[in-house]
Amino acid sequence: MNVDIREVEEAARQLYIRALKILPDDIKRGFTVLQERETQAIARSVLGTMVKNIQVAEQTDNLLCQDTGIPIYNVYIGRHVVLDGVELAAAIRRGCARATREHSLRSSVVHPLTRANENTSCGSGIPHIQFQFTDHPDELVIQMIPKGSGSENNSWLKMAIPADGVEAIKTFVVDCVIEAGGKTCPPTIVGVGVGGTADLCVHLAKQAAVRPLGSRCEDPHGARLETELSGAVNKLGVGPQGLGGDATAFAVHVELAATHITMNPVAVNMQCHSARRASATFTPAGIKYGF
Amino acid sequence: MTQHDISTPVTEAQVRAWRVNDTVTLNGTLYGIRDATLIHLFDRGRTTRFDLRDHAVIHTAPNVRKMEKSPANPTGYAPLCVGTTTSARMERFTRPLMTQYGVRIIIGKGGMMSESLTAFAELGGVYLAVVGGAAALETTWVESIEDVDLDDLHPESLWKFRVRNFGPLLVAMDSHGGSVYQTVSRMAAEKRAVALAALGIKK
Repeated sequence: MNVDIREVEEAARQLYIRALKILPDDIKRGFTVLQERETQAIARSVLGTMVKNIQVAEQTDNLLCQDTGIPIYNVYIGRHVVLDGVELAAAIRRGCARATREHSLRSSVVHPLTRANENTSCGSGIPHIQFQFTDHPDELVIQMIPKGSGSENNSWLKMAIPADGVEAIKTFVVDCVIEAGGKTCPPTIVGVGVGGTADLCVHLAKQAAVRPLGSRCEDPHGARLETELSGAVNKLGVGPQGLGGDATAFAVHVELAATHITMNPVAVNMQCHSARRASATFTPAGIKYGF
Repeated sequence: MTQHDISTPVTEAQVRAWRVNDTVTLNGTLYGIRDATLIHLFDRGRTTRFDLRDHAVIHTAPNVRKMEKSPANPTGYAPLCVGTTTSARMERFTRPLMTQYGVRIIIGKGGMMSESLTAFAELGGVYLAVVGGAAALETTWVESIEDVDLDDLHPESLWKFRVRNFGPLLVAMDSHGGSVYQTVSRMAAEKRAVALAALGIKK
């Protein structure tokens, strides 16, 4: 399957705007579940405002949140897809800059030392474009995630040791949720990376944080940890916006990788309640937009 | 749990009457500030021509559209999406905002810490919580961008918004030492043992 690079640029542009405006269905359902469970009056009111905001954004064709985030594009390349990777990355970058200019989005991206803002949502290494390969023969998927800074600023890595056991992982996650308080815009999806190297562990935490609600870790031990931690963090009473209540997290997601005999790394990365993502699937039949 | 409908500017007596869990709805002028605005005002010796005395500021950096200047858009900027950012990063600027500029109300999300709470008690101020991430809704409370200063810091300029029925916002930190965030944080620390026990950890 050949891919038209102009269509990739257009998709990259549309995906950024679409992600900022329409919340995925699984997150909307997640709100319903939290609303049914919530026992605190202020928390119920805060959740109600969040749900109303989702409706207002769709009715007024506006952004859900002012934070346009750090643009991340995940590219999943099927086995028979023929493309020039360098051109593809350049097209995504152009699409991201065009979305910023043509819609008029706040460029939230600055040089890390000079703090200069090019007002394109682009800079060195940003948008963050990641390539992965899939088993689907004639399919290219581009997923866009505008990652909000309130949640991203609360990211942690702990290089625990084997003697600390799984208990160190569990305790660390609970303590991160307490420390984050309302700063991450709860209810959150708490992404937990377990194992790997230091950088892979943080990467896994991010993958876990942006996974759809209802999806499970493929590893049965990881899936069990998800269930246990999801229950535990919602006993803390942090609540929506850190104002108290039951709804601290939609869920805790875990992703894992094998690690070294001497290592026991754990990382936490959170996704805020505006858990935005959008995807475009390219097949020989055309382009389909979704989440 | 009283609702207060107010027009800015306010008086010290007004904000001192508000207690945690009251709600406030604002009308009139609201100033938008953020990291870079505050760093430039307090670390780099910049000044503003705006008079913030007895006013409210919000931790924000809006999405705007540049357009021809008109009576509706006197700055040449139309507000597209105005929301709220995490306040905690700007903790060290609460006191100078109050002592040097006379700010009375800080609006944000996620809460501020003990230095701010002390400043509110000593100087007469409050922190009002917006629901973060609810920017589409918040934008419907903003009538216009009346003026802008320090715009070389765009989008972290010093914004002057005209707002109507902006709220209701929760009084989350008051001038009497009350803070919802401290209460919740203390409770979470107490519930930590319960959460860990549920995970099979005995400590």
